[in-house]
Amino acid sequence: MNIEKQLFTVSIYTENNIGLLNRISAIFQRRHINIESLNTSPSEIEGVSKFTIVVNMTEENIKRIIGQIEKQVEVIKAYHHKDEDTIYQESCIFKMKSDLLFEERQIQNIIKDSNARIVTVNKEFFVIEKSGKKEEVDLIYRELKPFKILQFTRSGRVSVSKKPMEISQMLSAFN
Amino acid sequence: MEIETIKNIKNKSKVKERISGSEAIVRCLIEEGVKILYGYPGGAIMPVYDELYKFQHKIHHVLARHEQGATHAAQGFARISGKVGVAIATSGPGATNLITGIADAQIDSTPMVCITGQVASHLLGTDAFQETDIVGISTPVTKWNHQITKASEIPSVIAKAFYIAKSGRPGPVLIDITKDAQFEEFDFSYEICTKVRSYNPSPKINLTAVADAAKLINYAKKPLIVWGQGVILGGAEQVLKAVVEKSGIPAAWTILGASALPTSHPLNVGMLGMHGNYAPNMLTNECDLLIAIGMRFDDRVTGSLNTYAKQAKIIHFEIDPSEVDKNVKTNVAVLGDAKASLEILLPLLEINKHKEWHQKFKDLYAIEYEKVIKNDIHPTKEGLTMGEVINEINIYSKGEAAIVTDVGQHQMIACRYAQFNKTKSNITSGGLGTMGFGLPAAIGAKMAAPDREVVSISGDGGYQMTIQELGTIFQQKAAVKVVVLNNDFLGMVRQWQQLFFDKRYASTEMVNPNFVAIAEGYYLKAKKVTKREELSSAVKEMMESKDAYFLEVCVEKEGNVFPMIPSGASVSEIRLE
Repeated sequence: MNIEKQLFTVSIYTENNIGLLNRISAIFQRRHINIESLNTSPSEIEGVSKFTIVVNMTEENIKRIIGQIEKQVEVIKAYHHKDEDTIYQESCIFKMKSDLLFEERQIQNIIKDSNARIVTVNKEFFVIEKSGKKEEVDLIYRELKPFKILQFTRSGRVSVSKKPMEISQMLSAFN
Repeated sequence: MEIETIKNIKNKSKVKERISGSEAIVRCLIEEGVKILYGYPGGAIMPVYDELYKFQHKIHHVLARHEQGATHAAQGFARISGKVGVAIATSGPGATNLITGIADAQIDSTPMVCITGQVASHLLGTDAFQETDIVGISTPVTKWNHQITKASEIPSVIAKAFYIAKSGRPGPVLIDITKDAQFEEFDFSYEICTKVRSYNPSPKINLTAVADAAKLINYAKKPLIVWGQGVILGGAEQVLKAVVEKSGIPAAWTILGASALPTSHPLNVGMLGMHGNYAPNMLTNECDLLIAIGMRFDDRVTGSLNTYAKQAKIIHFEIDPSEVDKNVKTNVAVLGDAKASLEILLPLLEINKHKEWHQKFKDLYAIEYEKVIKNDIHPTKEGLTMGEVINEINIYSKGEAAIVTDVGQHQMIACRYAQFNKTKSNITSGGLGTMGFGLPAAIGAKMAAPDREVVSISGDGGYQMTIQELGTIFQQKAAVKVVVLNNDFLGMVRQWQQLFFDKRYASTEMVNPNFVAIAEGYYLKAKKVTKREELSSAVKEMMESKDAYFLEVCVEKEGNVFPMIPSGASVSEIRLE
């Protein structure tokens, strides 16, 4: 078993219940594991929520963590995947001064080359959005930084696995 | 679909009554078969207490002297009866005082439902009087918790609470109910919960895994069974006995597994772990197959994991999938209920005796007897030992009593030397090591099993953490026998200071009060023993008493508990002195 730390994407299907986020994050906190990113959303199944959590740890430990997560009463199923087993994206938005659009030609090139898009432009500022892998988001951030970013926010990872996650079958087996 | 329709018709045909949330809470408890609950009233739970007053002919509320005592009493109730223990408290400090008992129940897998009152829902988050985020606080130490803000949620949530608390690997559940939900009226009907769709309490047993386990067991030359509380919680005592007797495998127990098999059983080779018996600890590192049943390889049992049973193949019978491979890597894991798993295993086992292997246990026991046990239970030196007190209790209990211990030296000595003929007879705080557990847990145990002799054994330290529960004993007329083994020290910490901190006794010496006077202040019969010649008659008098009885025994000040596996050492580095 690999004892090197690596990134894992944890996908957790749960009942939609207040307090579950607290319960799940406590599992990581108690073991002093830093969460790299966290996203919660409705899943493909009505009434079922999905947590997508990225952590950097060993495979042995992530298996234990998955056990602890699945033990929670309102967790239906938890999976862990290496990066190569998932399709994943992150999203980020930048707010910058509108003058730059006209004064700094380079910015237009950065937007074009990185497949980013301009969400809105007004007299004072404009907003750029970019979705992609972590490295792509890192890159555009590095490139735009010299031009002074007014505000910057990036999302947590969203991901789907290459192999199926058979939640519907599991749920019908419960019922 | 058809079934669904029938169910709906059934539900509709149920008579619904319009009652208040607080009445619903009490009626739900009655529906769940609760006859005794432990608690302490206060502002945010008063509507429920008003209903408890109304229903007192059906459900008996025991007023503890502190909410922590109420939880430990509920735990004692649960541990001796196998039923769900119930504790109830008000919001704020009432609720936070439950936390130690809840954490204890969580780590020792005790089924418990705690109900707390909460400020009215419109006040949530306003720092109202006695408001505390008890759902947030209790999250890491509960199996499940939930806050109710509408009366209509009460029946389904309480039904779910009881189902979750007792099913699978049991544990504590906390339900927080706002005061407005207690006052609100709604149409009440009750249905017992039998499933929760996201929750699979008892995994389906894999027959191939059981067959693989049987193969390993039949092939093994030096197998060792190590069992834990899972055997008791799963009601697997009889089938464990059958497995042990058919396979001839020596069987050792964790502290919470004690009493599942009688201590006098010839194949019972004693206690595992830090202060366990010499033979099972030493031979853990010599066996060729370790068969773990309903235990979780706690660090107090395994010592250093790097040197734990490395030579052996490991089979793990376990109901909680997250325990498999958590601490010790298994070769075969059988997930599921202990009783059902062992029942499938039993016919696959070959009859065996393992005579030579047993001889090793006997030889090591003889060494332990000579170096430790003899001096503990038949001492020749002047000071009284804890071991001889336990031995004296055995003489009069004949192994029939339930022994409830606190935490520390007396606990280890009691677990080492107490005789148990019946299951569910050793009630102690294992995983959390909660000082103050013993006295209130004994009250709960006695009330759950009034026909059984219940002996509470504490040290002078832990006893004083919940000493006020003597008031509960008196008020409830609970005939608990309370023994304090007094060495005027926090003995276990002192022992560590002696062994590992050059005898620097930092804050472990206790200047104690007149314990007999305190017990008498609560109108208990009480006696103090300081000399060996007084011990036997005093224990006899206590055991023959029909009422509660307090016995203080002044034992040697600096006695140590051996054997001992030093913290972080290997099980085979166990020291006899």
